[in-house]
Parts: sequence; structure tokens; C-alpha cells
Amino acid sequence: MSRETRAMQDDDKTGPAVLALLEGEDLWKRNCAACHGIEKMKGVAARYLALHREKLVNLDQRINICRTEQQKAPAFAYESRELLSLSAFLGKQSKGMPIAVQMDPQTGPFLEAGRKAFHQRRGQLNLACNQCHDDNWGKSLAGTPIPQAHPTGYPIYRLEWQGMGSLQRRLRNCMIGVRAEPYAYGAGEYVVLELFLMWRARGMKLETPAVRP
Amino acid sequence: MTTRREFLLLSCGALAAAGAQAQLPPKVAAARAQGLEEALRRVTGGAELRIGKVALDVPPLIDNGNSVPITVTVQSPMTAAEHVRSIHIFTEKNPQPNILAARLGPRAGRAAVTTRARIADSGRVIAVAQLSDGSFWADNADVVVTVSACLEDGFI
Amino acid sequence: MARVAVSVPESARRGEVIEIRALAGHHMESGFRRTQLGELIPRDIIRHFSCSYNGVEVFSAELHPAVAANPLIAFTTVATESGTLEFRWTGDNGYSATHTAKITVV
Repeated sequence: MSRETRAMQDDDKTGPAVLALLEGEDLWKRNCAACHGIEKMKGVAARYLALHREKLVNLDQRINICRTEQQKAPAFAYESRELLSLSAFLGKQSKGMPIAVQMDPQTGPFLEAGRKAFHQRRGQLNLACNQCHDDNWGKSLAGTPIPQAHPTGYPIYRLEWQGMGSLQRRLRNCMIGVRAEPYAYGAGEYVVLELFLMWRARGMKLETPAVRP
Repeated sequence: MTTRREFLLLSCGALAAAGAQAQLPPKVAAARAQGLEEALRRVTGGAELRIGKVALDVPPLIDNGNSVPITVTVQSPMTAAEHVRSIHIFTEKNPQPNILAARLGPRAGRAAVTTRARIADSGRVIAVAQLSDGSFWADNADVVVTVSACLEDGFI
Repeated sequence: MARVAVSVPESARRGEVIEIRALAGHHMESGFRRTQLGELIPRDIIRHFSCSYNGVEVFSAELHPAVAANPLIAFTTVATESGTLEFRWTGDNGYSATHTAKITVV
């Protein structure tokens, strides 16, 4: 990521992700603030994913569980402006905190499934995540440096998308990149992979909302 | 005449660069280079376009052509008697060459404008300033645009 | 919903040159993209931006499709007197957005 892209990320008054934060704050005030104190949200994004009634959920899914069960309102669609803005706003409350995904006997099997998925070859190009992101990070792929693929800043403002997007969207992008048919949004396959990726990035500081090429 | 030579330098240099790193079919690249020349002419009205006074700040290697930060500054006291009237930014390889045209004046204090542009392909970015005395000055820079290795290819 | 964010200092010394950064949320559809079926997606962009200082226009810009989505424009102006800065964006399909900021000049 270049110096200029970094500067866009650090611009907290007029960076490209700022509008999503403003919208997220608005949504928070209108939907969530009645029950939740914003101070309590500090640290949540840093320790997510988590188990909810024995099912592994990411932050987007947890927001929707609250929405449908507590607010009795329709769930936000995946990648909708509302959901991205709200998760960006929530993520920002943990900005600067180290990623601290909780590991315990219950999340263990999900982590294992995620680890397997990370090492699973897929697609017409028959590549597994680890082949690029563990074995060849730092090298150039079609003129672009291969990152280590740590999801430290999601949801991100991606210049390629010219807008905000979730980790799932990025994983789908990767799958399309290796010519694999991506799973549907919300699929359990993504969720375990997200858990593994966050665990793999443990200790790294959360940068939500990040700006990426 | 120096001025016409310098003007040609801008456009011929652009065409040469186009040949060297052509990712566009030659006809398209030539059409776009011509579009740029016409756009420049529309601003200057055919008047001399001199290189100098203008500083174009754009990263030489671009992460993603969808959002390229560009800053143009012009040396000028920005007084009522001597100031920059307008700053125009162009790029060579886009389907149409104009990016932004800013109107300033002595109330600006400094002649500087920043924006984020879409640059379709490696090539030249050109900034032109019109001064209060009617003269035109320019700066240009060569940029290399990289694309994401894995594209999304639309929604699936 | 036209969402914007503007960064402008709340106060300045008389004569000081201040920097203003104005961001508008807009997809800036260039008019050059095509759908998967090959149809041209029509242009839908912000076309004009202006800043007025106590009613006097001090800066304006014409935007073209080559301006990136969620356009940022940064410029400077001299802090002449206390008052109101008004920012206005207009564009295709009747798009319009405004923002005001107060400035105290000492």
C-alpha cells in the first residue's frame, strides 16, 4: 500500500471512508443507542468473531441478529450501505486495539475448519490461500504486491470497488481470482475462514476503517 | 517559436509514451491523444503554453487508477494585480481528457488545488494554469498505473 | 441522500491562508462503463462545486467523469472576516448538496 493510500486512510476528516462512519453513527443513534452504550462497544470488533448460541457469527451477522430479534426489524442485506456503515462505525470503536479473537474449546472446531479452508486448494487455478499469502507474500503478482492478507481494517474502503466492502466481499474477490465459484454471502465457509484469518492476525492493531487499493 | 515547440513537446511526448507502454489499441490511443490536444487548445484558445511556474504532484507509481491523489500548486503572489485565474488538470489515456477545472482568484491566498482522479492507464497527467495576465503555464508528469491482480468481474 | 464532509478551521487570524477540504458522497458514474450485457451505463456525476464566503464566491470547480468516486476537493482561501462559508455541489439528475461552516476570524 503506497504512502498516498495510507494518507487517505489516516485522513479522519475527509478520507474516503469518513462518509460511511458518519452514516454509521447516524444509524447507531437511531437504532442501537436506545439499548447500547457506545462505550461498551469498545473492544467488540477486536474480539469478533464470536459464538452466538453455539453458532459462529461475524459482526455483520450479529448486528442482524439484534435487528431481527430485538428490534423486530428486517435484517440489513449483506454489503448494504447500512450494514457496512454500521459495522465501520462499530469497528472504529476498537481502532488501535490489538485483535484478540477468543479461543476456547467451543470455537476450536470452527478455527480448525477455517485453518483447513485456508490450506485448501480451490478453483481452476487450483490455489490455496496459504500458497500466496503465507509462502509468497511480498512478491509481485501481475504488478501488485501480494499481501499477508490480515483483515485488520474491515470493512474497508477499497479503491478498486470505489466504495466500502466487507471481508466476505474481499474473500469472494479472491475466490473469483482463482476462478472458483464463490459461496453465497453469509455462507458458513466464509465465517470459519474469517475466524481463522482474525486468529492469524491476533495481536495486530485493528485499523477499521482501512483504505486499500 | 519556443512556445509551439514546448506545446508539441507535451503532445508528442504523450504520443511517444503511448507507443512505449501501449495497453490500448493504437487507434484508440491516438484518438485519446488527439482529444487531449483539443482539450488543451480549448483552454488556451491556441495561445502559448509555457512549461514552468506550475508544480504537479502525482505519485509516479499508482496503487489503483480508481483514486489517484493529485495536487497542483502554482507560484504566484495571488494579489489582485497578479494571481492565478484557473487551474486545469488533464490526463492522456482516459476516454475523455478533462479531470477538473478550478477557478481561483486573489482571495485564494495560495494557488493550490487537490483532488482524486481516475486514471485509466499509464501515461501523462498535465496541469495548466491561466494567470491574470492571460498567460498559460503547464507541468506534466508520467504515471504508471497498476491494476489489482484479482478482479471482481462484476457481481456474481 | 446527499452526504458530505468538510474540514475547515473554526477560527483563524485575519489574513491567514486556510486550507479547506470538501468531500462528497457520490458514485461518480463516468458514463463510460458497460453492463455485463454491453449496455452503456449513463453518466451520473457531480458537475460543479463552489465555495462562498459571506455570500461571495471564492472558489469553484467543474468536475468531469475522471474525478474519482466520493470526490475530494481541497483548496485554500484567505480568512478575511468572521462569518459563514457555504459549500454547494450540483450534478446530473438533479443532484444537489450544501454544507455551511462558521468561521471566527480574529
